[in-house]
Amino acid sequence: MSEEFKIEIVNPEKSFLVKEDVIEVVVPAFEGEMGILKDHISIISFLKPGIIKVFSKSGEENYYVEDGIIEFKNNNLSILTSTIISVTDLDKSKQGDLLKKAEAEASKSEISDQAKYLADQKVEVLRSIN
Amino acid sequence: MASLDDLKKRIASVKSTQKITKAMKMVAAAKLRRAQESAERGRPYSEKMNNIILNLSNGISSKENAPKLLSGTGENKVHLCVVMTSDRGLCGGFNSNIIKKAKSYFSKILNEGKQLKIITVGSKGNDQLKRVYGDKIIENISFKESKNANYFDADKVGRIIIEKFEAGEFDICTIFYNQFKNVITQLPQAQQIIPLNNKEDHNNSDESYEFEPDEDEILSNLLPKNISTQIFKAMLENSASEQGSRMSAMDNATRNAGEMVDKLTIEYNRSRQAAITKELIEIISGAESL
Repeated sequence: MSEEFKIEIVNPEKSFLVKEDVIEVVVPAFEGEMGILKDHISIISFLKPGIIKVFSKSGEENYYVEDGIIEFKNNNLSILTSTIISVTDLDKSKQGDLLKKAEAEASKSEISDQAKYLADQKVEVLRSIN
Repeated sequence: MASLDDLKKRIASVKSTQKITKAMKMVAAAKLRRAQESAERGRPYSEKMNNIILNLSNGISSKENAPKLLSGTGENKVHLCVVMTSDRGLCGGFNSNIIKKAKSYFSKILNEGKQLKIITVGSKGNDQLKRVYGDKIIENISFKESKNANYFDADKVGRIIIEKFEAGEFDICTIFYNQFKNVITQLPQAQQIIPLNNKEDHNNSDESYEFEPDEDEILSNLLPKNISTQIFKAMLENSASEQGSRMSAMDNATRNAGEMVDKLTIEYNRSRQAAITKELIEIISGAESL
């Protein structure tokens, strides 16, 4: 009881996930993976493409995100993201599609360093999911 | 007076019009429910986004170094107006309400001697504005192909706006859309998105946040996203308003058609009876003269 906090993931279309009994969340923050436990200091950060891991009493859930912002305050974790897919829903064909898109983006020559870095991240993460 | 045949034809044509408007009303009602749901579901995102930005701008160290998207260019010369309308007509005062609001804003700006640039989203707004402000319209975006408002489209519009801002093409950006209140009421809105005006009191949160990376970098990453989010919100509100407006307009049209059919039917019956009476009189007076 004492070690749980609330998580809310929203995307522009809807409230994607609300959970009250979360023990730990690992998010792919821009400067590296970050684990968040209860009573973490208030923080705002943004995400790079990666996997959000949500550990709760009922088990572990993984979500693939391409971008987003997180805010943690008073034991409320809000994650705003435009692209989020549950890893269990991510079948081979979908994964392939996303991978192709990311690879095309990464191979463009005229994009900025940061965009290139983000695209490379996407490719790497998508390849690692199995 | 119209002949019996003409009246009959008119009644038939009004009845078939009524059928069409009735069908359109039903379709609009079904779409309205979906649009309203997605507008409501989209609200948490834009609210949260606003909150975070508010907290960030409170925490930002120096106002002078704040990103231009937040604080503005410091000038007030070129206004960009994004007028968001529908792609389809037959929705009552929906489009003309936005246009009216936008036009009064335009003339205010032009009277002040400032420069005006217009982006229209949706073909109906473009049709109505190009007669008067044709030379001011710099871009016309239309999402006829996409069925529902989606974030991808909003992001496209947002990117165009940011590109133009970074190229120094305008100082202040305002979007015009209809806010959905209920089926009969839609409020035309003018919302300034660049620079973001934080009218809300600044001292409501004295919470200190940790930022990773620093505030400036987060802000410069977040503000473009916020623009797309605001546009997406406007698009959702707009599509709910459009369906609501169409539904009540079509409801009125159906009712008016019903009244017209009643009136025409009475007229038809009267002239039918008049014809019969006339014939009878002719027969009787013919018989009398024998």
